[in-house]
Amino acid sequence: MKAPAVDYVRPKSLAEAVDLLSQHPREARVIAGGQSLVAMMNLRVASPGLLIDISRLPELSLVSDDPNAVGIGACVTHAAIEDGQAADPSRGLMPRVAASLAYRAIRTRGTIGGSLALSDPAAEWPAVLTALDAEVVVCGPGGKRSIGCADFTTGVFETALAADEIIESVRIPKLSQDARWGYLKLCRKAGEFASALAVAVIDRTRGHSRVVLGAANGAPLVLDHTSRLLSNGGPEPRNAVAADLDRAADRHFDEFQRNLHIVAAMRAVRQVLQ
Amino acid sequence: MTAIRLQINGADVADDVPPRLSLADFLRERRNLTGTHLGCEHGVCGACTVLVDGAPARSCLMLAVACDERRIQTIEAFADDPVMQALRRNFHQHHALQCGYCTPAMLITARDLILRRRAGSEREIRDGLAGNICRCTGYTNIVTAIAAAAKELGTEAANA
Repeated sequence: MKAPAVDYVRPKSLAEAVDLLSQHPREARVIAGGQSLVAMMNLRVASPGLLIDISRLPELSLVSDDPNAVGIGACVTHAAIEDGQAADPSRGLMPRVAASLAYRAIRTRGTIGGSLALSDPAAEWPAVLTALDAEVVVCGPGGKRSIGCADFTTGVFETALAADEIIESVRIPKLSQDARWGYLKLCRKAGEFASALAVAVIDRTRGHSRVVLGAANGAPLVLDHTSRLLSNGGPEPRNAVAADLDRAADRHFDEFQRNLHIVAAMRAVRQVLQ
Repeated sequence: MTAIRLQINGADVADDVPPRLSLADFLRERRNLTGTHLGCEHGVCGACTVLVDGAPARSCLMLAVACDERRIQTIEAFADDPVMQALRRNFHQHHALQCGYCTPAMLITARDLILRRRAGSEREIRDGLAGNICRCTGYTNIVTAIAAAAKELGTEAANA
Protein backbone atom coordinates (compact mmCIF):
# COMPACT_ATOMS: atom_id res chain seq x y z
CA MET A 1 0.00 0.00 0.00
CA LYS A 2 0.94 3.65 -0.11
CA ALA A 3 1.70 5.88 2.87
CA PRO A 4 -1.06 8.25 4.02
CA ALA A 5 -0.77 12.00 3.49
CA VAL A 6 1.74 13.62 5.80
CA ASP A 7 3.66 16.87 6.22
CA TYR A 8 7.45 16.90 6.24
CA VAL A 9 10.10 19.17 7.71
CA ARG A 10 13.87 18.92 7.79
CA PRO A 11 15.15 21.01 10.70
CA LYS A 12 18.68 22.42 10.60
CA SER A 13 19.66 21.54 14.17
CA LEU A 14 18.80 19.10 16.93
CA ALA A 15 17.48 22.01 19.03
CA GLU A 16 15.09 22.95 16.21
CA ALA A 17 14.00 19.32 15.86
CA VAL A 18 13.27 19.05 19.60
CA ASP A 19 11.40 22.35 19.42
CA LEU A 20 9.24 21.10 16.52
CA LEU A 21 8.59 17.84 18.32
CA SER A 22 7.51 19.58 21.51
CA GLN A 23 5.15 21.80 19.49
CA HIS A 24 3.50 18.76 17.87
CA PRO A 25 3.89 15.97 20.44
CA ARG A 26 0.84 14.02 19.27
CA GLU A 27 0.97 14.14 15.48
CA ALA A 28 4.72 14.38 14.83
CA ARG A 29 7.04 11.43 14.38
CA VAL A 30 10.79 11.68 14.12
CA ILE A 31 12.18 9.98 11.01
CA ALA A 32 15.81 8.98 10.53
CA GLY A 33 16.40 6.06 8.13
CA GLY A 34 12.68 5.37 8.00
CA GLN A 35 13.25 1.66 7.51
CA SER A 36 10.56 0.76 10.01
CA LEU A 37 8.49 3.95 10.04
CA VAL A 38 7.93 4.16 6.27
CA ALA A 39 7.07 0.46 6.18
CA MET A 40 4.57 1.06 8.99
CA MET A 41 3.16 4.05 7.10
CA ASN A 42 2.86 2.01 3.90
CA LEU A 43 1.02 -0.65 5.87
CA ARG A 44 -1.11 2.12 7.45
CA VAL A 45 -0.09 0.96 10.90
CA ALA A 46 1.34 4.44 11.51
CA SER A 47 -0.16 7.64 10.19
CA PRO A 48 1.73 10.59 11.63
CA GLY A 49 0.63 14.10 10.68
CA LEU A 50 4.17 15.45 10.51
CA LEU A 51 7.53 13.86 9.84
CA ILE A 52 10.57 15.55 11.37
CA ASP A 53 13.56 14.34 9.34
CA ILE A 54 16.65 14.25 11.56
CA SER A 55 18.72 12.06 9.23
CA ARG A 56 21.05 14.84 8.10
CA LEU A 57 21.68 16.59 11.40
CA PRO A 58 25.48 16.61 11.67
CA GLU A 59 25.41 16.36 15.48
CA LEU A 60 23.58 13.03 15.23
CA SER A 61 26.19 11.42 12.98
CA LEU A 62 29.15 12.07 15.27
CA VAL A 63 31.29 9.29 16.63
CA SER A 64 33.39 10.11 19.68
CA ASP A 65 36.19 7.92 20.93
CA ASP A 66 37.56 8.56 24.42
CA PRO A 67 39.68 6.25 26.61
CA ASN A 68 36.73 4.59 28.34
CA ALA A 69 33.83 4.78 25.94
CA VAL A 70 32.69 5.32 22.38
CA GLY A 71 29.76 7.58 21.59
CA ILE A 72 27.84 6.70 18.45
CA GLY A 73 25.45 9.29 17.06
CA ALA A 74 21.82 8.25 16.75
CA CYS A 75 21.86 8.56 12.95
CA VAL A 76 24.90 6.37 12.36
CA THR A 77 23.71 3.56 10.09
CA HIS A 78 23.98 -0.16 10.70
CA ALA A 79 26.10 -0.37 7.52
CA ALA A 80 28.60 2.17 8.91
CA ILE A 81 28.95 0.02 12.03
CA GLU A 82 29.17 -3.17 9.93
CA ASP A 83 31.91 -1.64 7.77
CA GLY A 84 33.95 -0.38 10.73
CA GLN A 85 33.45 3.29 9.81
CA ALA A 86 32.47 3.98 13.42
CA ALA A 87 34.93 3.29 16.25
CA ASP A 88 34.16 -0.09 17.80
CA PRO A 89 34.09 -0.26 21.62
CA SER A 90 33.02 -3.91 21.58
CA ARG A 91 35.95 -5.83 20.12
CA GLY A 92 34.00 -6.97 17.09
CA LEU A 93 30.60 -7.61 18.63
CA MET A 94 28.85 -4.56 17.20
CA PRO A 95 30.07 -5.01 13.59
CA ARG A 96 29.04 -8.65 13.80
CA VAL A 97 25.59 -7.71 15.08
CA ALA A 98 25.16 -4.99 12.45
CA ALA A 99 25.99 -7.47 9.68
CA SER A 100 23.28 -9.84 10.95
CA LEU A 101 20.62 -7.17 10.93
CA ALA A 102 18.07 -7.23 8.10
CA TYR A 103 19.51 -6.76 4.59
CA ARG A 104 22.28 -4.56 3.26
CA ALA A 105 19.78 -2.28 1.49
CA ILE A 106 18.07 -1.75 4.87
CA ARG A 107 21.34 -1.38 6.79
CA THR A 108 22.55 1.44 4.55
CA ARG A 109 19.61 3.61 5.70
CA GLY A 110 18.54 2.23 9.09
CA THR A 111 20.13 3.77 12.17
CA ILE A 112 21.16 2.63 15.62
CA GLY A 113 19.09 5.40 17.23
CA GLY A 114 16.04 4.50 15.18
CA SER A 115 16.31 0.89 16.26
CA LEU A 116 16.43 1.94 19.92
CA ALA A 117 13.63 4.48 19.58
CA LEU A 118 11.30 1.91 18.04
CA SER A 119 12.44 -0.91 20.34
CA ASP A 120 10.92 -3.70 18.35
CA PRO A 121 11.17 -6.64 20.76
CA ALA A 122 12.96 -8.70 18.10
CA ALA A 123 15.48 -5.97 17.28
CA GLU A 124 19.18 -6.56 17.87
CA TRP A 125 20.46 -3.27 19.30
CA PRO A 126 18.34 -3.00 22.47
CA ALA A 127 19.55 -6.42 23.64
CA VAL A 128 23.15 -6.00 22.51
CA LEU A 129 23.54 -2.51 23.97
CA THR A 130 22.00 -3.71 27.23
CA ALA A 131 24.61 -6.48 27.36
CA LEU A 132 27.33 -3.87 26.75
CA ASP A 133 25.92 -1.68 29.55
CA ALA A 134 25.51 1.27 27.18
CA GLU A 135 23.73 4.51 27.95
CA VAL A 136 21.29 6.31 25.70
CA VAL A 137 21.82 10.08 25.62
CA VAL A 138 18.55 11.85 24.85
CA CYS A 139 17.81 15.50 24.20
CA GLY A 140 14.61 17.27 25.16
CA PRO A 141 13.41 20.84 25.68
CA GLY A 142 14.99 20.89 29.16
CA GLY A 143 18.38 19.61 27.98
CA LYS A 144 20.10 16.26 27.88
CA ARG A 145 19.87 13.21 30.08
CA SER A 146 21.32 9.70 30.03
CA ILE A 147 19.30 6.53 30.39
CA GLY A 148 20.92 3.14 30.96
CA CYS A 149 20.01 0.77 28.15
CA ALA A 150 18.60 -1.72 30.64
CA ASP A 151 16.04 0.92 31.61
CA PHE A 152 15.56 2.43 28.16
CA THR A 153 13.37 -0.20 26.54
CA THR A 154 10.43 -0.72 28.87
CA GLY A 155 8.27 -3.09 26.86
CA VAL A 156 7.05 -4.06 23.39
CA PHE A 157 7.69 -0.93 21.29
CA GLU A 158 7.82 1.05 24.55
CA THR A 159 10.71 3.15 25.81
CA ALA A 160 11.62 5.64 28.52
CA LEU A 161 11.84 8.34 25.85
CA ALA A 162 9.46 11.23 26.59
CA ALA A 163 7.15 12.45 23.81
CA ASP A 164 9.33 15.53 23.26
CA GLU A 165 12.75 13.83 23.44
CA ILE A 166 15.04 12.69 20.63
CA ILE A 167 17.92 10.23 20.97
CA GLU A 168 21.22 12.01 20.41
CA SER A 169 23.71 9.19 20.81
CA VAL A 170 24.57 5.94 22.50
CA ARG A 171 27.55 5.85 24.85
CA ILE A 172 29.12 2.43 25.00
CA PRO A 173 31.84 1.52 27.54
CA LYS A 174 34.89 -0.03 25.91
CA LEU A 175 35.45 -3.70 26.50
CA SER A 176 38.84 -4.57 27.97
CA GLN A 177 41.43 -6.48 25.98
CA ASP A 178 40.63 -9.75 27.72
CA ALA A 179 36.87 -9.35 27.37
CA ARG A 180 34.93 -11.98 25.44
CA TRP A 181 31.51 -12.03 23.86
CA GLY A 182 29.08 -14.46 22.31
CA TYR A 183 26.20 -13.63 19.99
CA LEU A 184 23.57 -15.90 18.57
CA LYS A 185 20.61 -14.96 16.43
CA LEU A 186 18.21 -17.71 15.50
CA CYS A 187 16.08 -17.08 12.44
CA ARG A 188 14.95 -19.22 9.54
CA LYS A 189 16.34 -16.94 6.84
CA ALA A 190 19.33 -14.59 6.87
CA GLY A 191 18.18 -11.07 7.69
CA GLU A 192 14.83 -11.94 9.22
CA PHE A 193 13.83 -10.73 12.63
CA ALA A 194 15.11 -13.12 15.28
CA SER A 195 13.04 -15.95 16.70
CA ALA A 196 15.57 -15.96 19.51
CA LEU A 197 18.56 -13.75 20.18
CA ALA A 198 21.19 -14.05 22.89
CA VAL A 199 24.20 -11.92 23.74
CA ALA A 200 26.78 -12.83 26.37
CA VAL A 201 29.55 -10.46 27.43
CA ILE A 202 32.21 -11.04 30.06
CA ASP A 203 34.79 -8.42 30.92
CA ARG A 204 36.64 -9.54 34.05
CA THR A 205 38.87 -6.48 34.14
CA ARG A 206 35.82 -4.26 34.48
CA GLY A 207 33.91 -6.77 36.61
CA HIS A 208 31.14 -6.92 34.03
CA SER A 209 29.32 -10.04 32.94
CA ARG A 210 25.90 -10.05 31.40
CA VAL A 211 23.78 -12.43 29.37
CA VAL A 212 20.76 -10.90 27.65
CA LEU A 213 17.96 -12.33 25.57
CA GLY A 214 16.27 -10.39 22.79
CA ALA A 215 13.10 -11.38 20.92
CA ALA A 216 11.72 -12.25 24.34
CA ASN A 217 8.17 -10.84 24.09
CA GLY A 218 9.16 -7.60 25.78
CA ALA A 219 12.17 -5.56 26.76
CA PRO A 220 15.57 -7.27 26.55
CA LEU A 221 15.66 -9.90 29.27
CA VAL A 222 18.77 -9.80 31.45
CA LEU A 223 19.48 -13.34 32.70
CA ASP A 224 20.75 -12.67 36.22
CA HIS A 225 21.51 -16.24 37.31
CA THR A 226 23.21 -17.00 34.03
CA SER A 227 25.23 -13.78 34.14
CA ARG A 228 26.51 -14.65 37.64
CA LEU A 229 27.33 -18.17 36.57
CA LEU A 230 29.24 -16.77 33.60
CA SER A 231 31.30 -14.49 35.85
CA ASN A 232 32.26 -17.53 37.93
CA GLY A 233 33.26 -19.42 34.77
CA GLY A 234 30.67 -21.97 35.78
CA PRO A 235 29.50 -25.10 33.98
CA GLU A 236 26.96 -25.29 31.15
CA PRO A 237 24.20 -22.96 32.18
CA ARG A 238 21.02 -24.77 31.09
CA ASN A 239 19.58 -24.83 34.60
CA ALA A 240 20.50 -21.21 35.23
CA VAL A 241 18.89 -20.09 31.95
CA ALA A 242 15.79 -22.13 32.77
CA ALA A 243 15.63 -20.57 36.22
CA ASP A 244 15.96 -17.09 34.71
CA LEU A 245 13.13 -17.83 32.28
CA ASP A 246 10.97 -19.16 35.12
CA ARG A 247 11.50 -15.91 36.99
CA ALA A 248 10.28 -13.94 33.97
CA ALA A 249 6.77 -15.31 34.45
CA ASP A 250 5.14 -12.40 32.61
CA ARG A 251 6.73 -13.30 29.27
CA HIS A 252 4.51 -16.29 28.40
CA PHE A 253 6.80 -18.41 26.24
CA ASP A 254 5.41 -21.60 24.77
CA GLU A 255 7.58 -24.71 25.03
CA PHE A 256 9.11 -24.20 21.59
CA GLN A 257 10.02 -20.56 22.19
CA ARG A 258 11.34 -21.40 25.62
CA ASN A 259 13.60 -24.03 24.18
CA LEU A 260 14.82 -21.65 21.44
CA HIS A 261 15.76 -19.07 24.07
CA ILE A 262 17.59 -21.66 26.16
CA VAL A 263 19.49 -22.93 23.11
CA ALA A 264 20.40 -19.38 22.02
CA ALA A 265 21.61 -18.41 25.51
CA MET A 266 23.64 -21.60 25.92
CA ARG A 267 25.32 -21.22 22.55
CA ALA A 268 26.15 -17.56 23.21
CA VAL A 269 27.63 -18.50 26.60
CA ARG A 270 29.54 -21.36 25.01
CA GLN A 271 31.14 -18.92 22.55
CA VAL A 272 32.36 -16.88 25.52
CA LEU A 273 33.77 -19.88 27.37
CA GLN A 274 35.53 -21.42 24.37
CA MET B 1 4.00 19.78 -2.14
CA THR B 2 7.67 20.09 -1.39
CA ALA B 3 10.32 21.13 -3.89
CA ILE B 4 13.19 18.69 -4.36
CA ARG B 5 16.32 18.66 -6.48
CA LEU B 6 18.22 15.48 -6.99
CA GLN B 7 20.34 13.63 -9.50
CA ILE B 8 18.84 10.63 -11.24
CA ASN B 9 21.06 8.49 -13.45
CA GLY B 10 23.43 11.41 -13.94
CA ALA B 11 20.78 14.00 -14.81
CA ASP B 12 19.74 16.84 -12.51
CA VAL B 13 16.04 16.73 -11.75
CA ALA B 14 13.80 19.24 -9.97
CA ASP B 15 10.20 18.52 -9.02
CA ASP B 16 7.48 19.20 -6.47
CA VAL B 17 6.32 16.13 -4.61
CA PRO B 18 3.81 15.34 -1.89
CA PRO B 19 5.78 14.10 1.17
CA ARG B 20 3.93 10.76 1.19
CA LEU B 21 5.30 9.86 -2.27
CA SER B 22 7.88 7.07 -2.13
CA LEU B 23 11.06 7.26 -4.14
CA ALA B 24 9.86 4.16 -6.03
CA ASP B 25 6.62 5.80 -7.11
CA PHE B 26 8.47 9.01 -7.93
CA LEU B 27 10.84 7.11 -10.21
CA ARG B 28 8.10 5.06 -11.86
CA GLU B 29 5.24 7.54 -12.10
CA ARG B 30 7.04 10.87 -12.50
CA ARG B 31 10.27 9.89 -14.25
CA ASN B 32 8.95 6.89 -16.19
CA LEU B 33 11.84 4.74 -14.91
CA THR B 34 9.81 1.55 -14.73
CA GLY B 35 12.77 -0.79 -14.32
CA THR B 36 12.40 -0.22 -10.59
CA HIS B 37 9.70 -2.66 -9.54
CA LEU B 38 7.38 -2.72 -6.54
CA GLY B 39 6.46 -5.98 -4.85
CA CYS B 40 5.64 -5.77 -1.17
CA GLU B 41 6.01 -2.03 -0.47
CA HIS B 42 7.30 -2.71 3.03
CA GLY B 43 10.96 -3.53 2.52
CA VAL B 44 10.85 -7.32 2.42
CA CYS B 45 10.86 -8.38 -1.25
CA GLY B 46 13.73 -6.19 -2.47
CA ALA B 47 12.30 -5.64 -5.98
CA CYS B 48 12.54 -1.84 -5.61
CA THR B 49 16.24 -1.73 -4.69
CA VAL B 50 18.12 1.22 -6.24
CA LEU B 51 21.35 3.00 -5.36
CA VAL B 52 21.12 6.11 -3.19
CA ASP B 53 24.44 7.96 -3.04
CA GLY B 54 26.04 4.78 -4.34
CA ALA B 55 24.63 2.40 -1.74
CA PRO B 56 21.71 0.01 -2.24
CA ALA B 57 18.45 1.11 -0.64
CA ARG B 58 14.78 0.22 -0.77
CA SER B 59 13.04 2.85 -2.85
CA CYS B 60 9.69 1.82 -1.31
CA LEU B 61 11.02 2.77 2.14
CA MET B 62 12.44 6.12 1.11
CA LEU B 63 10.28 9.16 0.67
CA ALA B 64 11.07 11.19 -2.43
CA VAL B 65 11.25 14.34 -0.26
CA ALA B 66 14.02 12.73 1.78
CA CYS B 67 16.03 12.22 -1.44
CA ASP B 68 16.47 15.96 -1.93
CA GLU B 69 20.09 16.58 -2.98
CA ARG B 70 20.82 12.87 -3.23
CA ARG B 71 22.16 10.87 -6.15
CA ILE B 72 19.93 8.05 -7.36
CA GLN B 73 20.87 5.26 -9.76
CA THR B 74 18.30 2.87 -11.14
CA ILE B 75 18.71 -0.20 -13.32
CA GLU B 76 18.51 2.11 -16.35
CA ALA B 77 21.83 3.70 -15.27
CA PHE B 78 24.40 0.99 -15.82
CA ALA B 79 24.94 0.74 -19.59
CA ASP B 80 28.67 1.49 -19.28
CA ASP B 81 29.32 -0.27 -15.98
CA PRO B 82 31.73 -3.20 -16.41
CA VAL B 83 30.44 -5.10 -13.35
CA MET B 84 26.86 -4.77 -14.57
CA GLN B 85 27.88 -5.86 -18.06
CA ALA B 86 29.46 -9.02 -16.65
CA LEU B 87 26.38 -9.69 -14.53
CA ARG B 88 23.97 -9.19 -17.43
CA ARG B 89 25.97 -11.50 -19.65
CA ASN B 90 26.09 -14.19 -16.97
CA PHE B 91 22.42 -13.82 -16.05
CA HIS B 92 21.71 -14.41 -19.74
CA GLN B 93 24.10 -17.35 -20.15
CA HIS B 94 23.02 -19.09 -16.94
CA HIS B 95 19.30 -18.44 -17.43
CA ALA B 96 19.14 -16.59 -14.13
CA LEU B 97 15.66 -15.22 -14.67
CA GLN B 98 12.25 -16.39 -15.66
CA CYS B 99 9.55 -13.74 -15.29
CA GLY B 100 12.17 -11.04 -14.70
CA TYR B 101 10.26 -9.12 -12.05
CA CYS B 102 13.01 -9.38 -9.43
CA THR B 103 15.86 -9.11 -11.95
CA PRO B 104 16.67 -5.36 -11.93
CA ALA B 105 17.06 -5.38 -8.15
CA MET B 106 18.87 -8.73 -8.23
CA LEU B 107 21.41 -7.13 -10.58
CA ILE B 108 21.80 -4.03 -8.41
CA THR B 109 22.22 -6.15 -5.28
CA ALA B 110 24.64 -8.53 -7.01
CA ARG B 111 26.73 -5.62 -8.27
CA ASP B 112 26.97 -4.29 -4.72
CA LEU B 113 27.99 -7.74 -3.41
CA ILE B 114 30.75 -8.00 -6.02
CA LEU B 115 32.02 -4.48 -5.40
CA ARG B 116 32.10 -5.07 -1.63
CA ARG B 117 33.77 -8.46 -2.24
CA ARG B 118 30.91 -10.37 -0.68
CA ALA B 119 30.43 -12.80 -3.56
CA GLY B 120 33.31 -15.16 -2.80
CA SER B 121 31.31 -18.31 -2.12
CA GLU B 122 27.86 -19.74 -2.69
CA ARG B 123 27.06 -19.23 1.00
CA GLU B 124 28.12 -15.61 0.90
CA ILE B 125 26.10 -14.93 -2.26
CA ARG B 126 23.01 -16.62 -0.81
CA ASP B 127 23.31 -14.60 2.41
CA GLY B 128 23.73 -11.42 0.38
CA LEU B 129 20.66 -12.20 -1.71
CA ALA B 130 18.44 -12.93 1.30
CA GLY B 131 16.77 -9.55 0.91
CA ASN B 132 15.77 -10.12 -2.71
CA ILE B 133 12.93 -12.54 -3.28
CA CYS B 134 12.54 -14.49 -6.53
CA ARG B 135 9.43 -16.64 -6.92
CA CYS B 136 10.44 -18.33 -10.20
CA THR B 137 13.98 -19.59 -10.25
CA GLY B 138 14.65 -21.18 -6.89
CA TYR B 139 17.76 -18.95 -6.90
CA THR B 140 20.12 -21.66 -8.16
CA ASN B 141 20.81 -20.05 -11.53
CA ILE B 142 20.97 -16.57 -10.02
CA VAL B 143 23.64 -17.71 -7.56
CA THR B 144 25.52 -19.48 -10.37
CA ALA B 145 25.42 -16.38 -12.56
CA ILE B 146 26.67 -14.08 -9.80
CA ALA B 147 29.47 -16.50 -8.88
CA ALA B 148 30.49 -16.70 -12.54
CA ALA B 149 30.46 -12.91 -12.92
CA ALA B 150 32.49 -12.49 -9.73
CA LYS B 151 35.02 -15.04 -10.93
CA GLU B 152 35.21 -13.42 -14.34
CA LEU B 153 35.75 -9.98 -12.84
CA GLY B 154 38.28 -11.29 -10.34
CA THR B 155 40.22 -12.94 -13.17
CA GLU B 156 40.07 -9.81 -15.24
CA ALA B 157 41.39 -7.78 -12.31
CA ALA B 158 44.26 -10.25 -11.78
CA ASN B 159 45.25 -10.03 -15.45
CA ALA B 160 45.02 -6.25 -15.57
